[in-house]
Amino acid sequence: MNTLLYRRRRLVNWVNMSIAVLMTVFGIFWVVWILWTTLRYGLPAMNWALFTQDTPAPGADGGGLRNAFVGSLLLLGMAVLIGTPVGVLAGTWLGEFAVKHRLGAIVRFLNDILLSAPSIVIGLFAYAIVVDPMGHFSAFSGGVALTLILIPVVVRTTDEMLRLVPGSLREAAIALGAPYWKVITHITWRAASTGILTGIILGVARISGETAPLLFTALNNQYFSLDVNHAMANLPVVIFNFAMSPYANWQQMAWAGAFVAMVFILLLSAGSRWLLRQRGQKH
Amino acid sequence: MNGSEALAAEASAADIPGQAKSARKAPSVLADFLFRKTTGVVAFLVAISLVAIMISLVDEGSKALHTFGWRFLVTSTWDPVNNQFGALVFIGGTLISSVIAMVIAVPVSFGIALFISELSPNWLRGPVSAAIELLAAIPSIIYGMWGLLVFAPWFAAFEPWINDHLGAIPGLGLLFQGPPMGIGMLAAGIVLAIMIIPFISSIMRDVFMVTPPALKESAYALGATTWEVARYVVLPFTRTAVTGGIFLGLGRALGETMAVTFIIGNANRLQASLLMPGSSIASVIANEFTEATTELYRSSLLALGLILFVITFIVLVLAKLLLMRLESAAQGARS
Repeated sequence: MNTLLYRRRRLVNWVNMSIAVLMTVFGIFWVVWILWTTLRYGLPAMNWALFTQDTPAPGADGGGLRNAFVGSLLLLGMAVLIGTPVGVLAGTWLGEFAVKHRLGAIVRFLNDILLSAPSIVIGLFAYAIVVDPMGHFSAFSGGVALTLILIPVVVRTTDEMLRLVPGSLREAAIALGAPYWKVITHITWRAASTGILTGIILGVARISGETAPLLFTALNNQYFSLDVNHAMANLPVVIFNFAMSPYANWQQMAWAGAFVAMVFILLLSAGSRWLLRQRGQKH
Repeated sequence: MNGSEALAAEASAADIPGQAKSARKAPSVLADFLFRKTTGVVAFLVAISLVAIMISLVDEGSKALHTFGWRFLVTSTWDPVNNQFGALVFIGGTLISSVIAMVIAVPVSFGIALFISELSPNWLRGPVSAAIELLAAIPSIIYGMWGLLVFAPWFAAFEPWINDHLGAIPGLGLLFQGPPMGIGMLAAGIVLAIMIIPFISSIMRDVFMVTPPALKESAYALGATTWEVARYVVLPFTRTAVTGGIFLGLGRALGETMAVTFIIGNANRLQASLLMPGSSIASVIANEFTEATTELYRSSLLALGLILFVITFIVLVLAKLLLMRLESAAQGARS
């Protein structure tokens, strides 16, 4: 037995495995650091005025982020309202009618590309099709941009979740005489509902932090506004402007906003994980 | 699915006895047809939105492309005052920051995937995966704020060391010489790396997990160490998918906007040193779009968007094709 070779192989193994462990620690180190930073600067900046007052003028004291929160919720609502039906319908076609279809494969492929397309490009597209023809920035165009980012997420999860529904369920319903559209709406959608909901929640988590596509669509607004036809304050853009500003009050407010956004997103992802686990137990 | 559709049609045709057959048959067949077509049309619309993006960007950027032609791609002048625009600085910045990100992120992701799939005890697997995936959940604006206000000052303190050690290497040292500002190309690349680690490592982890156990166990039975199994069995088997995952991460890095905008320094020139500030396509669009007052200026920014879209599109298509190849290989090995 060549003990020298054996020792060397064992050493190489030990060194490389230690590096793997180190890399994992390295990865987790950043998560902890970033979350800790958000907590450390965000938590002290939290107060009630944040939710009851609007964004302050440059250099002014006090104020809050009410208009930004409301604007962001409105944009998210718009995206969910348009994006969910479109995404679910498109996903249904993929998962029910086009599982082994050549055209289905192409649509699935393009949808996956859209899923990873840079969000700033989607923003430029929203600018080109809404802002440019209308001649002014609007919350509506921001909603369109966010919708376009949400849709591929919903399409993909709907498709995947429908394909997980056992065929025997469909056959049983068909054997009872149900037309196929009824089989889908009453049986397979229902069987896949938790999974689809998870996808929607994850999609919302993703778009609620999106800043780039809103910079030149929804823009920003110093005042409280519910008019979707005009520029509207929204959390990510306000955070961006405030964080880049030289005013201490604005910077503090940016941290508070970042903290709220972070908590919102973490709650959404925790919720979707919990839902998935529920689903796992049910079956 | 065609089989079950035919079944559905037959089932609705063979109606409950005693009821008027023809009256019930027609609506449900029609409803099926309509339902199928509606979903199909919606799916088609989603798919062609990519084409629509491309067309609208070409249309909006056409003025710049017409004015400057091919020179737009290779000129480095970006002078809004004199209406002279060239994309070279930003294309360079995008590529360089992404390459830095890949150089850091790929080995780290490989280590993480290796740890999760081969080393970790079962109870630790879930928490570690969740923690790494959390990196993907953090919005890029928070990466940006953290990068500018927390990471950059810390990194600036570290930069004199880089100057003294890496900067002293003959030739290559040129890349690592510069004032310790914290922000710049290298800092942007590092933050980008952290942002794409979860994407690359989760794909690597998933494909490592689908390596048929029989392959791994045979190697172990021959006395191979964990590293040898990973290096000579798992990695060759999953090579195409691993490359696909790397490309997917690259696609993310190329288009990442907010974090880069915060930390790259936003200087509209290309410099040899990685410690100096630069600009990427995404960051210049984010910074200057609302300030673009002339038609040509705005059109140039949209043309930059088009270039970014084309680059990421190619990278993402390659990624998907590579990932699809493993899927069929894994299926072949299992059957």
